Amino acid sequence: MWELIRANKRRSVALLLLMLALMLSLGFVIGAALFPVSFNLNYGDPYGRHAYPAMDWLSVLPGGLLGMAVASVIWAVQAMVAYFRGGAILLSLSGAKPIEKADHPRLFNVVEEMTIASSLGKMPRVYVMDDMAMNAFAAGRDPDTACVAVTAGLLARLNRDELQGVVAHEISHIVNRDVLFMTMISIMAGTVVMLSEVVLRMFRHGLHGGNARYRGGKKGGGGAQVIVLVIALVFALLAPLLAQLIYFAVSRKREYLADAGAAVYTRFPGGLAGALEKIGADTHQLVVSKATAPMYIVNPLQGARAFHGFFATHPPLEERIQILRSLAGGVSYAKYQTAYNQVHGKGQLIPQSGLAVAAAPLRAADPGNAAQAGASHNQFREAGDLARNLNGFRFLSCACGARIKLPPAFAMQAVQCPRCHAGVALSAARENAPVTQPSATPRTPPRRRKPASSSAHAPLMAQRNAGAWQSVQCACGAVKNVAPSFEMSQTVCAQCGREIHFM
Amino acid sequence: MIIVSMLFLVLAVIGGGALLVFLWGAGIYNGLVRARNAVKNAWSQIDVQLKRRHDLIPNLIETCKGYMAHERDTLENITKARNLAMGAQSVGEHARAESQLGQALSNIFAVAENYPDLKANTNFLALQEELTSTENKIGFARQAYNDQAMHLNNKIEMFPGSLVAGVFNFEAAEFFEIEDAAERAVPKVSFS
Repeated sequence: MWELIRANKRRSVALLLLMLALMLSLGFVIGAALFPVSFNLNYGDPYGRHAYPAMDWLSVLPGGLLGMAVASVIWAVQAMVAYFRGGAILLSLSGAKPIEKADHPRLFNVVEEMTIASSLGKMPRVYVMDDMAMNAFAAGRDPDTACVAVTAGLLARLNRDELQGVVAHEISHIVNRDVLFMTMISIMAGTVVMLSEVVLRMFRHGLHGGNARYRGGKKGGGGAQVIVLVIALVFALLAPLLAQLIYFAVSRKREYLADAGAAVYTRFPGGLAGALEKIGADTHQLVVSKATAPMYIVNPLQGARAFHGFFATHPPLEERIQILRSLAGGVSYAKYQTAYNQVHGKGQLIPQSGLAVAAAPLRAADPGNAAQAGASHNQFREAGDLARNLNGFRFLSCACGARIKLPPAFAMQAVQCPRCHAGVALSAARENAPVTQPSATPRTPPRRRKPASSSAHAPLMAQRNAGAWQSVQCACGAVKNVAPSFEMSQTVCAQCGREIHFM
Repeated sequence: MIIVSMLFLVLAVIGGGALLVFLWGAGIYNGLVRARNAVKNAWSQIDVQLKRRHDLIPNLIETCKGYMAHERDTLENITKARNLAMGAQSVGEHARAESQLGQALSNIFAVAENYPDLKANTNFLALQEELTSTENKIGFARQAYNDQAMHLNNKIEMFPGSLVAGVFNFEAAEFFEIEDAAERAVPKVSFS
């Protein structure tokens, strides 16, 4: 396993260097095309007795180096932000909130189990996204800063083994350092796209009779300049495509690798396979931006714009499931590799050194699964309560036994019980936490989120469909309508004052 | 003069070579120590989980008592197995007692299916989750221990490491054997 991790790191570095080379050469070509500096060696030689045509190639050097420098500065700034704040940005974009063991013991235990199974030094922090779609992701640059986030929908619908499979997949990403690596690769790909956009714009500008400086219309030695321009154009057209292809190919491979890791850690590939089947059959859509999509266990954009083949960030679900299902009689990276070759065809997924470890026997399914299937409404309620608790909902018990859930912005002094229609005063009724709390250890009272009346809330992130009517549901339950003409990047919820940011 | 400088050159080369060999050896030694500590750590993780299981049992008995008046034997078996496991001296004894305790626990959760009141008890549900998870953690900790032990043993036995390991007396770690006879049995395969 350690050999595998090391081989993975080596591979990551090699890919990063490849991407870096692509980015730098694009920077060079662009710089050379944009800032031709003329070493006019023929200066003072009006009759052209000594022509130095070869020396004209030197003129691309200063501009090229400048371009490289600019490219690396752009990349370095973004990489720094990603390195130090990437996890936090991803978590806040997804609206994930940290939980403690008391909030959802099962999830917490499963993460702990997988931490032990993978010999990860430190248990990742656990986050929950208040969303009924089924998805999960890992964040953090290394095991010390790692987090695992799952949606409430996942908690509501997966049994223990399936949840374990998903968590194992995410932990496997952490062990493989995939998160940092994918972030760095995606930033480089982004920089390449940005740079090539600059070139293409410049060409358009130039062609429409703009600045003559860009057209290499210098007297003498213009040939080199024209060639540089052509190279720049070709590069600008091809580089982003190439960068995206590398990025997507790497991303797909990492998903397979994390699946293999999950099978090895849990010794039960059926768990993850079952989870992927359920996720595939799910119709809920998670609202995420395109940039963060590759971080999730399954592509959240699948329904909206299903990419298959070269531009897919994730391998097709059916294939992942098929590989996992065909692992019988034991698990190891070598077995996964064989199954991968059977299902997918050729290709070395796992570095040679990772294949040496002997296969381990499978374990039996969790006996609680059968019982859990009957009590799935409890599981739904549990997940819903968890999400409400995270959002600052309050729970009141009525004398008739009903539990009333109050949104954080509820400002009245009393509420009518929906079952027995008796009035329940907020002060008289004992606030209590969701039903499913562990009592094995003495519990601290449930944490209360900040009061809802201020705008001290974390802003809500929403996708904006420009030029259309749009309704955004705030976390307080109120609906904010946005007109087609609305062009600002943020607005405020009328009820609770929370800021709503549009992406 | 030339001879002196040649001598210096030779000495420098030898010295540099020796330094490189030393650094290389130190790297291998550190790797071995790291692997050995990982094995120790993995072993202690098993102990942590076993202890956690022992700690949870009195709670479980207390919760079940009220509901399972007719299952006195089952409950007593658990208590007995726990006391046996806590008092075990040798490694073999330990393994046997812990496996017995695991059996007794899975028994009680099977029996609990017949007691709807008990199954509705939040306390019981929470305990069941904790014990299931602890049981899993014990399994995963053993698995991780075996992985780490294999890693250390490979390092000790394979070539460059074997030199350093021999000098500093690194001992191969023992694997945690599966004590359950049923789990150990190899399924018969017939090719017909």
